[in-house]
Amino acid sequence: MSALVIRQGLVVGVDVGEVADVLIVDGRIAEIARSIDAPGDAYEVDARDCWVGPGFVDLHTHLREPGREAAETIESGARAGALGGYCALVAMPNTEPALDSVALVSFVLERGARTPLDVAVAGAITKDRRGESLAPLAEMAALGVRLFTDDGVGVQDPSVMRRALTYAKPLGVRLAQHCEDEALAAGGTMNEGELSARLGLTGRPALAEELMVLRDIELVRLTNSPLHFLHLSTKRSLDLVLGARAMGLPVSFEVAPHHFTLDESACANYEPVFKVHPPLRARGDVEGLRDALRRGDVDAVATDHAPHAPELKDLPFDEAPAGMLGLEHAASLTFEALGDSADPVSFFQVLSRGPARIAQLRAVDGPRRHSAHGGSMIAGEDANVTVFDPLEHWRVDRHALASRSMNTPYDGRAMAGRVRATIAKGRLVVDQGRLT
Amino acid sequence: MIDSIRGTNLLSLDDLTKAAIVEVLDTAESFVEVNRRTIKKVPALKGRVVASLFFEESTRTRLSFETAAKRLSADVLSLAVASSSVKKGESLRDTIATIDALGIDAVVMRHRSSGAALQVSRYVPHVKVINGGDGQHQHPTQGLLDAFTIRQVLSERHDTTGLESGAELFAGLRILIVGDIRHSRVARSDVAAYAALGAEIRLCAPGTLLPDEVSTWPVTVVDDFDDALEWADVVGLLRLQSERGSGAFVASLDEFTFTHGLTVERARLLRPETLIMHPGPMNRGVEIDSRVVDSDAAIVERQVSNGVPIRMAVLYLCVAGSGEGPGL
Repeated sequence: MSALVIRQGLVVGVDVGEVADVLIVDGRIAEIARSIDAPGDAYEVDARDCWVGPGFVDLHTHLREPGREAAETIESGARAGALGGYCALVAMPNTEPALDSVALVSFVLERGARTPLDVAVAGAITKDRRGESLAPLAEMAALGVRLFTDDGVGVQDPSVMRRALTYAKPLGVRLAQHCEDEALAAGGTMNEGELSARLGLTGRPALAEELMVLRDIELVRLTNSPLHFLHLSTKRSLDLVLGARAMGLPVSFEVAPHHFTLDESACANYEPVFKVHPPLRARGDVEGLRDALRRGDVDAVATDHAPHAPELKDLPFDEAPAGMLGLEHAASLTFEALGDSADPVSFFQVLSRGPARIAQLRAVDGPRRHSAHGGSMIAGEDANVTVFDPLEHWRVDRHALASRSMNTPYDGRAMAGRVRATIAKGRLVVDQGRLT
Repeated sequence: MIDSIRGTNLLSLDDLTKAAIVEVLDTAESFVEVNRRTIKKVPALKGRVVASLFFEESTRTRLSFETAAKRLSADVLSLAVASSSVKKGESLRDTIATIDALGIDAVVMRHRSSGAALQVSRYVPHVKVINGGDGQHQHPTQGLLDAFTIRQVLSERHDTTGLESGAELFAGLRILIVGDIRHSRVARSDVAAYAALGAEIRLCAPGTLLPDEVSTWPVTVVDDFDDALEWADVVGLLRLQSERGSGAFVASLDEFTFTHGLTVERARLLRPETLIMHPGPMNRGVEIDSRVVDSDAAIVERQVSNGVPIRMAVLYLCVAGSGEGPGL
């Protein structure tokens, strides 16, 4: 019997609880009480001044394996995730080859099972993510896949997207869309506007995203099949999806930390580390996303963790691949964006409970091959727990990351709040901010 | 804003003040004289090494820069970086590191990607980087030589010299830029230079060839090309960048000529003193009729010959930096 006791943290469940001890025995939360008389051999985690809540779930991780292991592996990505407080990652399918078959999904699930975290898979919607013919969604669903996306690009053809939604619905799975109309984005490399024109860079207009959001809302209305909007980056996109949600359509959405912390001006020096799709937007969009986060309108914060080998970010801006790291600083940036009034319930809602619901990783989501995530911090639950210290200050050092890649846009930036401990599948994976 | 390019990189004209631009023009005046000598050489950059690194095809700019460097007595490392040899995937950092390892003081660089020169300047902070054209962003020496050429011609007409006139002749000068502004690095540098010098700038182009958010530029956009021609003191034409996909932005080259080509008929609308400029290479019969190119109003050849003194001035100021005079 292995036992672990998290001492004197603020336990955050459905509501803010009280300062208490959390006893974990054999992979489950055994007891939560003011003061627990733990077994003598129990390892103690000091959580004074910390928030103790359900472990984070990332809906949007590019683990790069198979195919681009120089940038990241399932194992290195899981370590980066653990340091960021994540207990479960959803691996995106734009690997090489794409995760569009039982064999490839099984490979990632098996590799993932060897890591301390739960690694779920988002399967491709179409074969080889080409947007043409459906991938075997039912076969992949039988392996436990609950999210499907062609992320990296959206499904461009509306008839293919309509067919995919209709096909997915009875399978009980959810499609997720990278919304950008590529014809309108026209090979652009940053947000379209005054700055892109001055820099001589082709722009990706906000409208390229918003048009596909609008199209897909209408396809959801037509099919009544659930759809998750990935990394929405403009205020207008958010307003559209919030409107659809208010009308009762089965839509959900995520925002990525870079879109609510950085604006397009970061591209002014042509530093390719700031190149990402959808691109960093105008200041007003950044504010719009932050406002939505503070209002509690956001379903999930997702990292879009996109490692790239260093040499690829030493290419000219227009040739460099899009994407930036996210796992190791997403929680701190979310905490910062929630602001002075950051309440712990909202914090764990967007980082854990919201994404766990969308990925169907909760206990109530039925038969599964993973432990349960996004819980309520009550005895009996699977022990996926994150201890977050809101008082700690730290600085990002791109050389000190667990990721194989260094393409963080926050190198040298001061951060507020940090993950102190991560308990995934009942095991202490991160203690005092370090991998155990 | 930068008040002088002495001892700095030259990446863009966007951040140069009037004083910085006039300093380059004035320095170039003295090099015009050097270029008229039998022995066209000064020792200003003796012992310095200038690498010319053209990732994108170019004849005139490269020749002009290398001639300028040699006339300043610099050693020139001319590296043939044909686009085929820089394979996709080879990082800009590796390429520049290799050249830097040979020991260089400055690099003149052209690249098809916007911002490439600025990126390189971050990789080799001890080397002066001179932008010889980056994508659709900037072509600073072209902007400078265009301004220099205008000043030269106008000061001759006013019976003064470029040095004496400073930036005076630009005050209120009416400059019309026509054509593919959206994809043009020359247009961006020209606008920056002319605006800093105090000219009044109008742009005229098919809607699709105007830059996004052009209302934030220090220019007026006009729709009526014929009216604008009557208004202008200087008409700057641009190459239609069909190799950058500009063809798809207009219905056809013929239609572009119909709407915005400087045809013989349109050239008649110009006042006799109006200057016609083109940075080359020209698409004769598209943006400009051959007969117009060969008219007295066209000063295209002067632009080309001024390329050398302007690039001598830029190399001299950036590389020799502050301190001693040019050693003429």
